[in-house]
Amino acid sequence: MADTKEKQQKKEVAKAYEKYARKFTPKPKYFMNSLKAFITGGMICAAALLLENIISGYGADDKTAGTYSVIVLVMLAQLLTGLGWFDTIGKFAGAGVIVPITGFANSMVAPAIEYKKEGIVLGVGAKLFSLAGPVLVSGITVSMIIGIIYWIMGIAGGQHV
Amino acid sequence: MDYVYSFITGGLICVIGQILMDATKLTAPRVLVILVVAGALLQAFNLYEPIVEFASTGARVPLPGFGYNLAKGAMEGASGGFLEAVTGGVKAASGGITVAIAWGYIIALTFSPKSVR
Repeated sequence: MADTKEKQQKKEVAKAYEKYARKFTPKPKYFMNSLKAFITGGMICAAALLLENIISGYGADDKTAGTYSVIVLVMLAQLLTGLGWFDTIGKFAGAGVIVPITGFANSMVAPAIEYKKEGIVLGVGAKLFSLAGPVLVSGITVSMIIGIIYWIMGIAGGQHV
Repeated sequence: MDYVYSFITGGLICVIGQILMDATKLTAPRVLVILVVAGALLQAFNLYEPIVEFASTGARVPLPGFGYNLAKGAMEGASGGFLEAVTGGVKAASGGITVAIAWGYIIALTFSPKSVR
């Protein structure tokens, strides 16, 4: 009987400690992080639109202008990564720069630079895809499956092959 | 007004990514994979196109837009035959992918590692 009493007392002490410790653990700043991500991500998307409109102004059609503006964003993000500024921005913006295409571009260059010592083939060449690889693999696989399903549906629907 | 729609939609997609990273134990690469696949699947059911029409770059620049681009290319290719159905996705996204690889390689060879400030 004394054993169970002791156990219960220990449990109570543990609970009280947990409560005490919680006062000092920082709460995850959901709101602030989300706000920063919202503002940064929104600004990148708006900047991309501005870029698209400028390129369209030179006579490019919508699709071409869209591709060019993505290319500019990718090149800029990778250049900033090379200069070491991207991480500084990323610390503030979090998902705001990771979720747009800039994060994809950064995820290629960042590990490639880190593993430069291992050579330009197995170091830089291979590590370019250590983070971007999963994104490309999953995206391309899904796109192929979707394409084939649509092709089958097209035949079933009486479209010519 | 287009800029406002783009800003708000793009910002909201980033907030989804931020919450996925903060509230769950998913690491950034996993979140990116989830977003790309989500964009592609939504487009497969023609659900992402309306968002793109509303927000333009706000929906196309975040990673679900990359998935959307891949899926849309494959769907458009499907009407041109089997080979087009298979290659259409990468074809549509090839501009961004090619530049990201080539320019990324050049940048990685040019710059040396730096400590985080």
